[in-house]
Amino acid sequence: MSTQPNVLATPRRSFDSRRFLDDWAMMLAALAIFALCALFIDNFLSPLNMRGLGLAISTTGIAACTMLFCLASGHFDLSIGSVIACAGVVAAVVMREFHSVALGVTAALVMGLCVGLINGLVIAKLKINALIATLATMQIVRGLGYIFSNGKAVGVMEEQFFVFGNGQLFGVPVPIVITLVCILFFGWLLNYTTFGRNTLAIGGNEEAALLAGVHVDRTKIIIFAMHGVIGALAGVVLASRMTSGQPMIGQGFELTVISACVLGGVSLAGGIGMIRHVIAGVLILAVIENAMNLKNIDTFYQYVIRGTILLLAVVIDRLKQR
Amino acid sequence: MDAVRQPVLNDSLAFQNIGKTFPGVNALSDISFTARPGSVHALMGENGAGKSTLLKVLGGYYQPSSGHLRIGEHEVVFRNTADSIRNGVAVIHQELQLVPEMTVAENLFLGHLPARYGIVNHRQLRQQALQLLKGLAEEIDPNVRVGRLSLGQRQLVEIAKALSRGAHVIAFDEPTSSLSARETERLMAIIARLRDEGRVVLYVSHRMEEVFHICDAVTVFKDGRHVRTFEQMSEITPDQLITCMVGRSLDDIYDYRSREKGGGCLSVSGLLGPGLQKPVSFEVCQGEILGLFGLVGAGRTELLRLLAGLERHKAGSLALKGEPLTLRSPRDAIAAGILLCPEDRKKEGIVPLASVAENINISARSSHATWNCLIHGRWEKENAEKQIRALNVKTPTPDQRIKNLSGGNQQKAILGRWLSMPMKVLLLDEPTRGIDIGAKSEIYQIIHSLAAKGIAVVVVSSDLMEIMGIADRVMVMSEGAVTGELSRTEATEEKLLELALPRTRA
Repeated sequence: MSTQPNVLATPRRSFDSRRFLDDWAMMLAALAIFALCALFIDNFLSPLNMRGLGLAISTTGIAACTMLFCLASGHFDLSIGSVIACAGVVAAVVMREFHSVALGVTAALVMGLCVGLINGLVIAKLKINALIATLATMQIVRGLGYIFSNGKAVGVMEEQFFVFGNGQLFGVPVPIVITLVCILFFGWLLNYTTFGRNTLAIGGNEEAALLAGVHVDRTKIIIFAMHGVIGALAGVVLASRMTSGQPMIGQGFELTVISACVLGGVSLAGGIGMIRHVIAGVLILAVIENAMNLKNIDTFYQYVIRGTILLLAVVIDRLKQR
Repeated sequence: MDAVRQPVLNDSLAFQNIGKTFPGVNALSDISFTARPGSVHALMGENGAGKSTLLKVLGGYYQPSSGHLRIGEHEVVFRNTADSIRNGVAVIHQELQLVPEMTVAENLFLGHLPARYGIVNHRQLRQQALQLLKGLAEEIDPNVRVGRLSLGQRQLVEIAKALSRGAHVIAFDEPTSSLSARETERLMAIIARLRDEGRVVLYVSHRMEEVFHICDAVTVFKDGRHVRTFEQMSEITPDQLITCMVGRSLDDIYDYRSREKGGGCLSVSGLLGPGLQKPVSFEVCQGEILGLFGLVGAGRTELLRLLAGLERHKAGSLALKGEPLTLRSPRDAIAAGILLCPEDRKKEGIVPLASVAENINISARSSHATWNCLIHGRWEKENAEKQIRALNVKTPTPDQRIKNLSGGNQQKAILGRWLSMPMKVLLLDEPTRGIDIGAKSEIYQIIHSLAAKGIAVVVVSSDLMEIMGIADRVMVMSEGAVTGELSRTEATEEKLLELALPRTRA
């Protein structure tokens, strides 16, 4: 068909520099920071340090994948730090009692699922603000972790359990493999499924999504349930790395995960979010922390620097919207 | 050079060769006209013609790229909004600039509350506020929070605020777009008073009746240019004015053609629910356009929300082509083929940050997705392009964020969303509010072509001309009840208004 009289003139695919910046700026920043560290900091690129960096990324990275969905739908989840700790404890306790790795891991994931479902149901069905709802579950779950463990770290004896944290697959540490799989899977989920697109639509305009026929409540419940399970998975990996379930870890972890997402470009108000934002945010935070450690910068200063970076990112985000 | 001067009544306002360019766009070019004191001067034109930009220049939000303003004999330069206020200019925007959480009195004196040592003198505040509201809106209690006032009342508070600052030039940007008839009437009386006191009143509106009722002169804009100024309204008729604005006449715009009416489609009997005072019963046939007229708050939107499954009905029943229908959620209505284009496009219609394509595909995608969940990329791309082409949605690419489109194009995209779905009944709530005449006429054409395909259409509108222009039959509501029904030939302005006005019950 070479002679079609009224073909639509191909729309001008003019290069939208602003849109490009929105989408890729933080990714480029992350790579730039990585390159700078590689150039100016000794031992940064050493295999040992790269391995450490990868492991440092893994816990945040896994949890950030699903936090992306919470944020994209216009909510967030503060209970994730407690879920991580509690999942480790549950896995360790169950393994202590039943000597079964499968049972321990399953129990941890089921615990995460339950917390997520409760969060989702309370937020979607009872229309309670995610801040309050997850603040409550954060404390409940933290408390449960202490109760299950009697407030002490629970050691794990099962050798097989250590595969999650310390094993290797084709020479790559398993936590990094799990993180990569999560990033690929959730990136795909967000872009190529109706569930992912609906998540963004709900965050962008819940009322409009409802009127357009989106299953708003169901989508929200799935998002939080998914986040609970993935949080528990991160907890299992962490417990495996530490060879014990510790009820006190992960305090403030929820804020690190949210910071990483927002730093990468995910909107706190919902409606904007991409997996590359998550990658960029997690990478920037981890690389800077790693660099500060290599430079022997005092932990006290590290807090100040991390906070400043986050503030800067949010201000830039605000300016972009003008 | 432009020392602040106490504004004086009976000064004229002149725009002299005003131009405003934004990067890549000539928003205004070479605008020159004079508005006389003691007159109401209408600014008319399609959306994007430059009226709002001009008001923003006047209000000090934008600095003109060329030309200048003159009040009386003096050239004035507004570097910011404060300059504009000091020179006696007040612009009353569509989105009112009041703080809803604060009281009326606090809003009136925002920035200069009567106080001693920083402690607000509430008695004095109340008294001064009462003084200001006198003759404008005496029923408003200054101690009430602004958020609790009706939109019309808020507008009056805004006017009082303008007067308290000694405003001599008052510009209204579509002031009646969300007012009831009674509020509109009161506003008209107040505008007449402002005019008689010797002020310059600028009046932006799309509504012909109002412009011919209240205005003394009119300036027409098109594409950022000054088309013509008519110093007397007697120089021109509404039809000529529209032709002047768009180069087309009214009949061309509505483009009504009679159609074959099909069998019954949606029938509603004894429906009761939130916002409805009396049971509502009616039927729409296939291929029929039913107009639903009434004043703001008459229950029309509420009726559509019931039909779209957004609210549950308390009594009565629905049937679609004879089959009884139960609606528990919008999804049920959509599955049955009853589709709603909501009144508030920004709040309920579009997902602003998502692309045009995304907004079009959101509803239909799951029925084209593998196992209802894996997105069919090729279908999505083709469908978006198809709808954009068919409905003439003006967007650089389908990936453009929809918030960057004009209201008319957003509305067309929402229509595209529903055209991607199996449709039996289309519910349109104020489909052309805030949309320029060019896009309006395209939307009317779409409505007509859908009706011609046998779809039952229900159109809610507060615009008399529009209702009479496109509907086959008009049902009128007032105070949550249906007050009458007129065929196209019976419907006249007087009859419709009579049915729409609330009855004062003994």
